[in-house]
Amino acid sequence: MPLTPVLTSRWGADQPWRLSTYESLEGYAALRTALGMAPDDLVTLVKDSGLRGRGGAGFPTGMKWSFIPQPKPGETPTGPAAKPKYLVVNADEGEPGTCKDLPLMMTDPHSLVEGVIISAFAIRCHFAVIYVRGEAVHAHRRLVAAVQEAYAAGYLGTDILGSGYDLELVVHAGAGAYICGEETALLDSLEGYRGQPRLKPPFPAVAGLYGAPTVINNVETLASVPFVVRGGAEWFKAFGPEKSPGPKIYSLSGRVVRPGQYEAPMGTTMRELLEMAGGVRPGHELKFWTPGGSSTPYFTAEHLDVPLDFDSVAAAGSMLGTTALMVFDETDSIVEATLRFTEFYAHESCGKCTPCREGTYWLVQILERIVQGRGTAADLDLLTDTCDNILGRSFCALGDGATSCIASSLKYFRDDYVALLPPEEQGRLGRSLRLEPVGAAS
Amino acid sequence: MSALPGSAEGTAVTGLDSSPVQPAPADLPPLTEQTRLEAREIMARYPQARSALLPMLHLVQSVQGYVSPEGVALCAEELGLTKAEVGAVATFYTMYKRRPTGRHLVSVCTNTLCNVLGGQRIMDALSADLGVHHDETAADGSITLEHAECLAACDYAPVVTVDYEFYDQQDVESARELVAALRRGEKPHPTRGAPLSDFRGVSRQLAGFSQWADADAEAAAIDAPWSAGPTLIGVHLADERGESAPEMPRASATSSSGAPAAEAAGVESAQRGAPEPAGRSLADQNDGTDTPAGSEPGTSGQGPGKA
Repeated sequence: MPLTPVLTSRWGADQPWRLSTYESLEGYAALRTALGMAPDDLVTLVKDSGLRGRGGAGFPTGMKWSFIPQPKPGETPTGPAAKPKYLVVNADEGEPGTCKDLPLMMTDPHSLVEGVIISAFAIRCHFAVIYVRGEAVHAHRRLVAAVQEAYAAGYLGTDILGSGYDLELVVHAGAGAYICGEETALLDSLEGYRGQPRLKPPFPAVAGLYGAPTVINNVETLASVPFVVRGGAEWFKAFGPEKSPGPKIYSLSGRVVRPGQYEAPMGTTMRELLEMAGGVRPGHELKFWTPGGSSTPYFTAEHLDVPLDFDSVAAAGSMLGTTALMVFDETDSIVEATLRFTEFYAHESCGKCTPCREGTYWLVQILERIVQGRGTAADLDLLTDTCDNILGRSFCALGDGATSCIASSLKYFRDDYVALLPPEEQGRLGRSLRLEPVGAAS
Repeated sequence: MSALPGSAEGTAVTGLDSSPVQPAPADLPPLTEQTRLEAREIMARYPQARSALLPMLHLVQSVQGYVSPEGVALCAEELGLTKAEVGAVATFYTMYKRRPTGRHLVSVCTNTLCNVLGGQRIMDALSADLGVHHDETAADGSITLEHAECLAACDYAPVVTVDYEFYDQQDVESARELVAALRRGEKPHPTRGAPLSDFRGVSRQLAGFSQWADADAEAAAIDAPWSAGPTLIGVHLADERGESAPEMPRASATSSSGAPAAEAAGVESAQRGAPEPAGRSLADQNDGTDTPAGSEPGTSGQGPGKA
């Protein structure tokens, strides 16, 4: 497939983060169109486009919007329909490997702001928040500037472009907690609490921010909305597979010649993307990679031709996640890589659910002793058993994600674990593998 | 984890870590009436005041360099919370420091991807140069060092940040030079970021206030020159190859740009009274984090058709 810059189409311009540049490149044209439409028609348009959430789960965006209870014409609303509606942008990018939303906000923040205004109008919301990761100070800075420019130009505030529609938009900085990328933990954090996930149901569409109906969308999802409005649903569906369409930013990192952001249709394969990125560094070969960040099970060279869209990747045994393609070669130890990821989950577990809090702690201990050559034959089964006791047993997906790299590395590279065991422990498994060097050669 | 975040090296894990325990240093800048006014300004941004707590903690940190007991008390008083409630929040988040920090915060990503490219070696070298471990401050007060989790810059790995501004594609030598320059009082320009200020300045920005003296300095921070190779690499490759997205249909593009806003608004208000479309029912609602039931495995990729 070819490269198809859409979300990235303005990135090469001079100071693309400035309103003047954005407006000169069709910026805020979609907002004018949208304000001339009925909000319900906007929801239908986004449904028809097939746009699915870019934050990892791939839930259909238009459907999510349609869950917001709205007052019925001619009736006095009661319950959730009577409450204010909120739109919250999840800009808390922190999944290891994921690096698409920060460059988008740093380079083209107005595309997000325009997407927020259109989406807020569609769900009849008058107060929206961009919850941006605290460490992302340069993205935060350019977002704040973009929001100020948008207010000054009449795209935000009261009576936007003379339409009678009002919207306040606040840029809110987080404070360093991966868990706040989970939508209900993000809401707790935004309400001024520790960022811990809530039990669902009720879903945020009914009881979200301040207990009121709330839509939470990812940055890339909302930045896609103005293009859907301008190009129409059929145009958007021309990118990639029918059930999972649209342009997508693929982030390549690690052992490739030219790491970076490549925007191509959904369903582009790793083989095609690796070719764009100049391949694996010379003299080395691909060993393992992640299709969508550390929470998505590893893939290997066998999976180079899997179309990278939500359904095809799921059918191949992993998840599209955030299209964070971390590439590792034969010099990289998959066991040590897995240990590092597991340390991350142990650090970031919010502590609310016992299986995740205790399980990730113990997974680190087991992996550490294996990496240090002190593992036992029983440890491999103990890892699997511990993962089984975490998966599906916590409120949110953090614990589930922590098991992905362990289960998939044991599935594809069990011998790499065995090779790290002392000879007598290998003997118990009836194996004799040479100890391979551990650590990062580069 | 060998010790709780913020606890001193070698502290036994008892689950009862109660830091910050040190009395405030005598030369700590006081929180003033101005700080309180700014805290109230933050509270006014939100439908419910407690939403201001995270930015308020950034604010008190911007004055004192960490979240001191005094800072916790100020937030508690303004929001009508107990100090325990504020402390519970402050201790949850990595960016709130529980002991005084140096002028700059140097964070080294040692997560998997940066690590295979040398992140841990950078961390070890800086740790040796500064004579400190994770979450400790050099004796000269210049730098607090920490290892960080993924900083969302994997395409620039290995990355180091100073006061959260990106210094991309580092190696041991470049990172050591960077730290040496910071200790000499210099402020090397980030690869991607504003001209370097300090940890307190950036904390002020995160509270939602300008950290710059005037509008010109602020504009300079936003527009600072940057080196964004990996960000732009796909865009440049598409140019070289003459590849682009399918064109948008003319009709929908032109009808949008031509219509004056007032006219557009008129159409909108006329349609507001339209009857509710059928088919919206909360009974259909799925788990918001799941893919929808009934969606089939994707068809294999089709190239984007030319419109």
